[in-house]
Amino acid sequence: MAHDTSYTDQDFKIVGSRPPRPDGIDKVTGRARYGADVSAPGQLVGRVLRSPHAHAKIRKIDTSRAQKLKGVKAVITSKDLPDLTEGNRGNYDILENCMAREHALYDGHAVAAVAAVDEQTARKALKLIKVDYKVLPHVTDVDAAMQDDAPVVQPHIQHDGKPSNICNVSQFGHGDVEAGFAQADVIVEKTYKTEQTHQGYIEPHACLASVGPDGQGELWVTTQGHFTVRNLCASLLGMDIAKLKVTSSEIGGGFGGKTHIWTEPLALALSRKANLPVKLVMSREDVFKGSGPTCSTSMDIKIGAKKDGTVTAASATLRYHAGPHPGPWGMLGGMTAWACYDFENVQSIAYDVLVNRPKVAAYRAPSAPMAAFGVESTMDLVAEAIGMDPVDFRIKNAAKEGTRASYGPTYGPIGIGPTLEAVKNHPHMRARLGKNQGRGMACGFWFNFGGQTCTDLNIGVDGSVNLTVGTVDVGGARASMSLIAAEELGIPYDQVKCNVGDTASLGHNDTTEGSRGTFSSGMATIFAARNAIEEMKARAAKTWEIDIEDIEWRDGAAHAMGMQHSNLAPLSLAEIAGASPGTGGPIAGHNEVVADGAGVSFASHICDVEVDPETGATRVIRYTVVQDAGKAIHPDYVEGQFQGGAAQGIGWALNEEYVYGEDGCLQNPSFLDYRIPVCSDLPFIDTEILEIPNPNHPYGIRGVGETSIVPPLAAIGNAVSSAVGVRLDHTPMSPPRVLKAIKEKQAGG
Amino acid sequence: MRYEAPSTTREASALLANAKGKAVVLAGGTDLLARLKSGDIEPDLVVDIKRIDTTQSIKRMASGFRIGASVPCVEIGRSAALKRAWPGVVEAAQLIGSDQIQGRCTIAGNLCNASPAADSVPALIAAGAKASVVGTAGRRTVAVEKITTGPGKTSLGKDEIVESINLPKRPPRTGDAYLRFTPRTEMDIAVVGAGVCLTLNGKGEVSKARVVLGAVAPTAVIVADAANAIIGSRLEDSALAEMAAACEAACNPIDDMRGTIEFRTDVSGVLAKRAAKIAYQRAGGK
Repeated sequence: MAHDTSYTDQDFKIVGSRPPRPDGIDKVTGRARYGADVSAPGQLVGRVLRSPHAHAKIRKIDTSRAQKLKGVKAVITSKDLPDLTEGNRGNYDILENCMAREHALYDGHAVAAVAAVDEQTARKALKLIKVDYKVLPHVTDVDAAMQDDAPVVQPHIQHDGKPSNICNVSQFGHGDVEAGFAQADVIVEKTYKTEQTHQGYIEPHACLASVGPDGQGELWVTTQGHFTVRNLCASLLGMDIAKLKVTSSEIGGGFGGKTHIWTEPLALALSRKANLPVKLVMSREDVFKGSGPTCSTSMDIKIGAKKDGTVTAASATLRYHAGPHPGPWGMLGGMTAWACYDFENVQSIAYDVLVNRPKVAAYRAPSAPMAAFGVESTMDLVAEAIGMDPVDFRIKNAAKEGTRASYGPTYGPIGIGPTLEAVKNHPHMRARLGKNQGRGMACGFWFNFGGQTCTDLNIGVDGSVNLTVGTVDVGGARASMSLIAAEELGIPYDQVKCNVGDTASLGHNDTTEGSRGTFSSGMATIFAARNAIEEMKARAAKTWEIDIEDIEWRDGAAHAMGMQHSNLAPLSLAEIAGASPGTGGPIAGHNEVVADGAGVSFASHICDVEVDPETGATRVIRYTVVQDAGKAIHPDYVEGQFQGGAAQGIGWALNEEYVYGEDGCLQNPSFLDYRIPVCSDLPFIDTEILEIPNPNHPYGIRGVGETSIVPPLAAIGNAVSSAVGVRLDHTPMSPPRVLKAIKEKQAGG
Repeated sequence: MRYEAPSTTREASALLANAKGKAVVLAGGTDLLARLKSGDIEPDLVVDIKRIDTTQSIKRMASGFRIGASVPCVEIGRSAALKRAWPGVVEAAQLIGSDQIQGRCTIAGNLCNASPAADSVPALIAAGAKASVVGTAGRRTVAVEKITTGPGKTSLGKDEIVESINLPKRPPRTGDAYLRFTPRTEMDIAVVGAGVCLTLNGKGEVSKARVVLGAVAPTAVIVADAANAIIGSRLEDSALAEMAAACEAACNPIDDMRGTIEFRTDVSGVLAKRAAKIAYQRAGGK
């Protein structure tokens, strides 16, 4: 049944309230089952051997001694994962990333794996595997990788007719930037760098794989997208999609890092070879070295403006590293860079560059925070140069409904202007600052995504409702989906139980990424519920022996309309469900949809910092997020997303970075030296939800999960500048970098 | 791997003496267990000293304090007498790791782990602490600064165990303080640490001082020139500047992901000055 997806401005009874999440008690009591929490009879321990070199040719792998070790049940190398990709280069890249073939392409690249009866045996077996490497020259820095004489990571990739690490060049924009710069009173041009960061999810990748001799398999895994895991693993291992059942565990954070496959095909291949279940859990070191962090970047940003604050031209040249395989990361940076603004002449040129670092995966609004760091820092510099308040300067240039975005589309109703006005009027902007304290603000954008979704709603004979969604719940989605189902059906929230179904119980669902969970599964839930209501109306019609057209559904019951039916008391959902065995059997609603029209999302952040001028230590002392949610279904989890993104952005801005040595090896693969903020490092992060309905969703929902990580880097950079008068152009703005900048300023006068 | 939990230090010492292969001592385990789990070490024998009576308590004596080697840092923080006498040492113990870590970790372990960045060590050295060491040949008392000889290395014999850390009775008009720099507020390793203990004369001038830096050299460094720079002063700016310069001159740090040479050197002087001011106040200086 086709449903109208447009916004209807209905009055909500339950949506917008804040009931406890259904998965909450299990999570705080430790009963919730995450990736590593499930075991199978006879299971083996899987472990992965990883390359100690940044770049090497693998001449030979001798696994004979490991195979002979007592307790070892399977040893695999790339030979056990033959290339079945049939010319699909994207899938081949995934295969090669999961297990190195002829070349190890980064420190930590998987080269072999074992399954043994216990962890000690597995560890011992890894030591017995002898890999004959020929070490090759490596490159880990994005700028160095673009040089003509740089070691080439993938010889098949060409740029300008010769092998190169530049794997994509994309360009966006409109107008004539040269002409625009010629009209400017002030031009600011600056180069920025951001170091590589990791999503830092607390739960390492973990799975339990079981493949039988009949070729059927099951996989329990922590992931943001079990259907994607299923399709990719089945394809790489030569299995039928229908014969691999993937169940997603509770997820201890993903933030984009769990949108791909890493060790899952290895666990399946080990299980297939050993004919026993294999549990494979990454160590934290494995996670840092062998999963999918985000890119390091280098950027040139140029903005020209008139003295009245009109930006006449803006251009960005962005260089994003992609790891050992091509990705869309520079392109996404180029698309997002100027998306907050309505500029007549604007352009971005983005390069994706291969380096000997782990494959880059999505990290919460992937690629946008770095570009925003360059753009929003430069916006402040221009505002300063023309003597205009930075908020007013942004308001003057903000995109609005009808603006042609720098990356192509024309915007519908959007939230950038309203978030800026809210910032301008926020008490935070007027709070007094102390010594060595400063305030900054910055804006951010993310596209959001919709995609394929499939949802089932089944009504029990007692009137309780099972809602089965196929989008993994990473941020409170089950609570939001339950609210939506309850709203539609007109029943209490507690009467709905929402589950995330496995891949055998629903049609394909795209991965929970692009802030699509609540948008797309929310849409499918509305329609599934409406289908179930139609069925319940039909049952009532049958019971009453009247036309279905004479029945309306409200307040959780079928009501017969019209004077002629005034003797018929309403039939509640529970009554209809209770009678269902005799009126046609179980009552269900189902919906599959490609949820188009995800509304774009904008945020503006305010940040106060205090900088110790003698040590360069920067502490965030107050932080406010203002963001458009379209419609906040469960405001707690919307605020949680706002706060979580800001917290990750603060960590990125101040201390987090991948540190590579001269040898191309990662020096800090632990939470001790890769410093994500701990609770005591962060202030309470205040939030303000704006609701500018998305016209393409019945409830007006926009995704809210990602935009909040976009502004913090620049907001903090702008605040540091206001506190101690130094402009940081390199993240993280760690104490040594800030102190150096302060000392250089002092030395300079 | 064999695990033993003897009930006397003598037994523990004998186990270590007779061990074949690699033997390690377990107290709080916050360093050891992390290394075991990561596969960094694979010992043949682990000797747990937590069941030994003499390691389990903090004793106040006429001569000062005796802190057993398996007393967790959280207990050090709960000792009001110790806090009054040596607030700098207590602060240092309460900076290690986090609340959870402090429920287990010990200052004896912090010392014997021999990390250049150990938080409690500069504070202990500044306060004049001594380690009571038991081996098969008997007991000896060693100044804390003599225990660590380099990163991961100690002067202890194969059979020797630190049974307790002993702090002297605090002399009159004496105060101590410890500060460290870490990018995070907790769960971090000192990039620089500075412990200062000083004694004032009747006129409020510094008559005795000890300035000790952590994380700027292979072991904690006693900076005699820094102490001399403030002796005779009331911590006037010039004396503090001279002290800071002496600290910077004494630094021999490494450049690594935790901090640059330049940064560690700069911040050593800053922290020493700040710690000295706190210690001065605690000694009754105005």
